[in-house]
Amino acid sequence: MSISKLKPSSVDSAKPKINWARIDEADNFANTVKLYRQGKYDEDSFRRFRLQHGAYGTRMTSDYAMVRVKLPAGEIYPKQFETLSRLSEQYSIGSAHFSTRENIQLHWVILEDVSEIFRSLAEVGLTSREACGNSVRNVMCSPLSGVCSDEKFDSTPYALATAKFFLRNPMAQSLPRKFKFNFTCCEKHGMVRMVDVGLIPEIQQINGSEQKGFKIFLGGGLGNRSFIGHQLEDFTPEEDLLYTSIAVMRIFDRLGDRKNLARNRMRYLVNDMGWEKFQNLVLKERAIVRATQSVVTKLKVDTTPDKITRPLKISDESGSSVPDGYARWLKTNTIKQKQSEYRSVFITLEAGDITSNQLNSMATLIREFSSEGKARTGFVQNVALRYVHEDDLVKLYSKLLENGLAKSGGLTMTTPVGCSGTTSCNLALTNSHRLAKEIQRKFLELKLDEDDDLADSSIKISGCPNSCAQHGIATIGFFGGGGRLGKDMYPNYQMSLGGRFDADTTLGQTCLRVPAKRVIPVILKIIEMFKENKQSDDTLKSWIHRIVNDSEDSNIKSIADIKNILAPLVVPPTKEDDPDFYLDYGSDTSYHTKTGKGECAA
Amino acid sequence: MCCLTASVKVTTDIDSLRSEIRDKSVRVIDVRREGDYKQDHIPNSVNLPLATLLSDDSPERVLKLVNSLGIDDETPVVVYDDTFGALASRVAWTLEWIGHSDVTLLETTYANWKSLGLETDSLTPEISNKEHSMNLQSNILATSDYLESAKLRDDVILIDNRERLNYLEQHIPGAVSLPYRTLASSDGILRSKEDMKRLFDNRAISGDSEIITYCGSVGTLSGLAYYALKSAGLSNTKLYVRSFKEWKNLEKPTDKQEDANYWDLSAE
Repeated sequence: MSISKLKPSSVDSAKPKINWARIDEADNFANTVKLYRQGKYDEDSFRRFRLQHGAYGTRMTSDYAMVRVKLPAGEIYPKQFETLSRLSEQYSIGSAHFSTRENIQLHWVILEDVSEIFRSLAEVGLTSREACGNSVRNVMCSPLSGVCSDEKFDSTPYALATAKFFLRNPMAQSLPRKFKFNFTCCEKHGMVRMVDVGLIPEIQQINGSEQKGFKIFLGGGLGNRSFIGHQLEDFTPEEDLLYTSIAVMRIFDRLGDRKNLARNRMRYLVNDMGWEKFQNLVLKERAIVRATQSVVTKLKVDTTPDKITRPLKISDESGSSVPDGYARWLKTNTIKQKQSEYRSVFITLEAGDITSNQLNSMATLIREFSSEGKARTGFVQNVALRYVHEDDLVKLYSKLLENGLAKSGGLTMTTPVGCSGTTSCNLALTNSHRLAKEIQRKFLELKLDEDDDLADSSIKISGCPNSCAQHGIATIGFFGGGGRLGKDMYPNYQMSLGGRFDADTTLGQTCLRVPAKRVIPVILKIIEMFKENKQSDDTLKSWIHRIVNDSEDSNIKSIADIKNILAPLVVPPTKEDDPDFYLDYGSDTSYHTKTGKGECAA
Repeated sequence: MCCLTASVKVTTDIDSLRSEIRDKSVRVIDVRREGDYKQDHIPNSVNLPLATLLSDDSPERVLKLVNSLGIDDETPVVVYDDTFGALASRVAWTLEWIGHSDVTLLETTYANWKSLGLETDSLTPEISNKEHSMNLQSNILATSDYLESAKLRDDVILIDNRERLNYLEQHIPGAVSLPYRTLASSDGILRSKEDMKRLFDNRAISGDSEIITYCGSVGTLSGLAYYALKSAGLSNTKLYVRSFKEWKNLEKPTDKQEDANYWDLSAE
């Protein structure tokens, strides 16, 4: 008898509705790696193959890969957490990393072990297929879809159906470049204007009956050059969702730039062509798609409602003692759902990092506290545990404390987004990842998460001009580069102010360059300026918004004014006076910029 | 020269051990600390804490310990621990080294044994001394001198069984990383034979090479890897039992992964 037969296994109430995996892809990957190592597969074809399967390159080495596991619509189930926990210990560095696009990444994986990861992922229905490369990347959905009080309807089933339709679909295997869909619940909680296709659920009265549909935004995106998406039409009925998606992808496939890798995302095509022309093309193409389908092609949207069952508490020894920090956490990490008596709880991580033990704990926490039996990943490297009954919040907080997952400030500026930076990325110039953690630690120490004025602002830090951390839409955004004083180099960041990603989506305006070791003092100085000049009902975000829109009339009227005040803080000292200034966070050797080949465009 | 892929029995499954205990045809060694052992253990098992063995693991001393546990050349021995098989492996390997051929690992840990509700006992069995012969198997041991020269050969694979972060930070030049966790299944101390073979096959770790394993300090994690390799039929394996600790103390060269702040990616 095998051990597993002897042991009772935990039963999950909720099981994944969709199996995203195909086990034969594991064997195929293993065999291809062997052929590649034997020199029977050329570099370029192998790289394309590897990326198509979700294995990304690693900084300065060809021995390791990063496996990016897709969580379509951000959904993740207890057994999947347990598997990821085990995989992180077996094949990675004992922790995993949540991205800003609802993927979970395993870094520093030996290329030859990648197929073993695929095999285990397949057992729990997960895949990394088309998580990298020129394909439809993970289809995102707001972590609050289904529970948000401002949404017209739950767009999750549409996000899942879209993901299912395009995964392994021949039409999406060799696009000019990657292609991204974001669904949201409402304007506030999604990021629909900075992706290729962004969708907000909408209901219209048509001939007296309610018609579901979407507001669709096209051609947005962040990167070396960022653009904001355009709304296609007033209202797109749900049956046109797929035809519109196909039409847009066909145009991009046909007209997209396949040569110039630096500017071949769809947003460049839209920009070069002009929005009106692009819009007309899409509408015409959609008519053709609709009229010429050989069999009726439809999204398989499964709108069966999830079962909501409050987990039974086996023992309730909790009493009523409320741990320290509970009120602070409740305020800064939870949101009331439209379903009365329930809250969504956001679990704060440091720049998206989570240990294998914590991944395991997440499975237990879902089973014990989430009435929907699963979790959702968010847009800011976090996890949302939804449908937590209000009576269970104190107990949940205690459990989070035990597992090192109770950091407050999850929904505030004190939790910056940081891409992986020089911890693993070939393109990175600075350790943006560690900087994000340093800011978080400092700001929590200063209790800035309790300051309501700062709650709706954001800090996002990328390690290079590409926008993995989405710095362009942050209230205070940074991207890394190198600075120089004489012959000495130091880590440096370009700072932008006033970006936002709601209904008034705006790209931040460049302010000035800030050396890595001056980033924290500079942010604190900005907060000080704000406090001195704010109006009574201002938040940092609204104050900066007025400044970038030239409508502020206090002492500080423009980005240039802010720059002047900050200028003395960013003057580099000599290496003799302050040697630490010349070291990046997490490094004890002199800073120099060093990059390998990027694969975003491969 | 033995055949390269001969399948060797490395673990004993729970059911077999239970019947062997009933038949009194096995010597079971519990390598946990004495206090833990005294509380409860698998019925009829004897206690040999790893620390006791490591305090002096010269062949002569080991032989004395083995004799005092009532083991002669013919006694089948099964070893278990509560640390995913690594400590048990180190003890089992030491028995093999002095020439005991019939030694296997329990397929699971003591904690798992207990969680399955299997029988335990707190009695210490009466053991009478036996006489084991000394037949040192130097072919399963690698010393630092041996390793240094073997490393230069093309047909030698050196495996580092510490965690990935430790490996990235510092390792013996030429070593490949195979963290000990990779060797386990979700419920056993080792993967199934088929899974294990596939893992090694993907890594091009094959019977055509001599394999040397090492870990941090005393050869426990790498001891587990020794048995993992053996379970997949890779018997031409040596344990660098003094491992990286000695290597560093001897100030021999090391390598690291340069130009990446991988530690900052780990969540503490």
